[in-house]
Amino acid sequence: MLIELGQYIPGTSSIHHLDPRSKLLGLLLYGIALLAAPTGMAASLTGATILPVIILAGLAPAFIWRQLRPLIVFLLIIFIFQVAFTPGEVMAAVGPVRITREGLNYGLLALARVFFLVLAAAVLMATTDPLALADGLERLLRPGQRLGLPAGELALMLTLALRFVPTLLEEAERIMRAQVARGATFQGNQIKNLMPLVIPLFVSAFRRAEGLAEAMEARAYRGGQGRTRMRELHFRAADYIFLLLAGLLAAGSAYYRLRFGS
Amino acid sequence: MIEVQGVTFSYPGTTVPALENISLIIKPGEFLAITGPNGSGKSTLARLLNGLLRPGEGRVLVDGLDTGDEASLVDIRRRVGMVFQDPDNQLVAATVEDDVAFGLENLGLPPAEIRQRVAAALEVVELANLRTRPPHRLSGGQKQRLALAGVLAMEPRYLVLDEATAMLDPVAREEILQKVLELRREKGLAVILITHLMEEAALAERVLVLKAGQILLAGPPAEVMQQEEKLAAAGLKVPVTVALGKGLRQAGLKLPANLVTVEEMARALWKLASRK
Repeated sequence: MLIELGQYIPGTSSIHHLDPRSKLLGLLLYGIALLAAPTGMAASLTGATILPVIILAGLAPAFIWRQLRPLIVFLLIIFIFQVAFTPGEVMAAVGPVRITREGLNYGLLALARVFFLVLAAAVLMATTDPLALADGLERLLRPGQRLGLPAGELALMLTLALRFVPTLLEEAERIMRAQVARGATFQGNQIKNLMPLVIPLFVSAFRRAEGLAEAMEARAYRGGQGRTRMRELHFRAADYIFLLLAGLLAAGSAYYRLRFGS
Repeated sequence: MIEVQGVTFSYPGTTVPALENISLIIKPGEFLAITGPNGSGKSTLARLLNGLLRPGEGRVLVDGLDTGDEASLVDIRRRVGMVFQDPDNQLVAATVEDDVAFGLENLGLPPAEIRQRVAAALEVVELANLRTRPPHRLSGGQKQRLALAGVLAMEPRYLVLDEATAMLDPVAREEILQKVLELRREKGLAVILITHLMEEAALAERVLVLKAGQILLAGPPAEVMQQEEKLAAAGLKVPVTVALGKGLRQAGLKLPANLVTVEEMARALWKLASRK
């Protein structure tokens, strides 16, 4: 069984080659820009700046659609609620439901924020090796170490999860076959049908965790203190340009809100 | 030199000690096998050598460093490398090369040196071509070779193999053993082989047989393997070659009593046959 975590699509585009820290910071700035945008139209235009990134990354429209499809119903519900229940200047009425100008604006605003933020996160995941992502996260959180934030431990937890998800999936499959051979059925949606799988899987996961802790200790692990990393991260010219653009977007959006927003 | 001095160890919540008054010296470059039935304390002894467990009574000194001294532990674990039984539980990183780097990162080495040592260690265990592969897509033998590389990269002086071949098929087992012996010859690494297989133990220079937390027998394999009754009482079987030698001697063949490995047996039989 081959299940890869996340939706990373290896590639050699300029977006793939950006430092993971730039991409994480870029996502943060993009999120700020989306939240700062005061109107539905402004948020949509702000959000649309992800399009050149998607094109540069060479991501297929089909892939984007697959990422967003589970979200469509949720987005529609948000939109309809905002449109239907915001009081204000009535533009049209469908039976008892009044559609207001404000409602349309807020509906579009909420829709654009969620839609584009999820889209940007999907692009980040698709263009960044999960290991590089964990590394980038650790480097970004490192200044917080002095305040007691366990940056190294968090990154290690992330890589351990990446390492063990496939192992546990293999194990789940093995347990399932063993239980089926003993007459268990895994049909139906009841939780109790899953017990013969879940309990042995948990027991084995805990046993593994114990062995793993021992092996890590034997290899001189003693927490994040004094640890160095093999992988080094480097900012290149493209990273500075990318961050500058993302910074301008956030600043522009914030300025627009202060100047024209309510 | 690893010195185990009068060590007694009990697991918390148990009344019977897992090891009782064990004294032992392991010299640099030595090849020592520790064997014994299940529950005899051989894995416990292994974990005392690198400070994973601390003795209740007595001390363990690794090149003069006390495993009871918290400040020495990193240094001790760099010197005493350990490969465990279950390959899946000792690989921590999501790719082969990152896993080898793990121990070096813990030692706080600069990135350039880590990369160079990782490359060298992967070369030694012949995994260089798989360096970006995730561990779950390696075979059992490859996983154990990877675990070995992770330990070797730390340049240890002592290598403890705690049933490291027990979950492997015979071909992979032989492969790992040969690699370890080759490393011992080339780098002067001391090898401490924890095994329940007498055939494996017979390859060592010295064998230590544990029973119920105490040393039952100790000495060169040829001597230890002659103690058939004592071994049988501990639930251990002598290697097939030793049993064969004994049978042949009883049948009247003039074979020496110190034949342990297949090779020695073959040579002795050949000599006997060519004399006629």
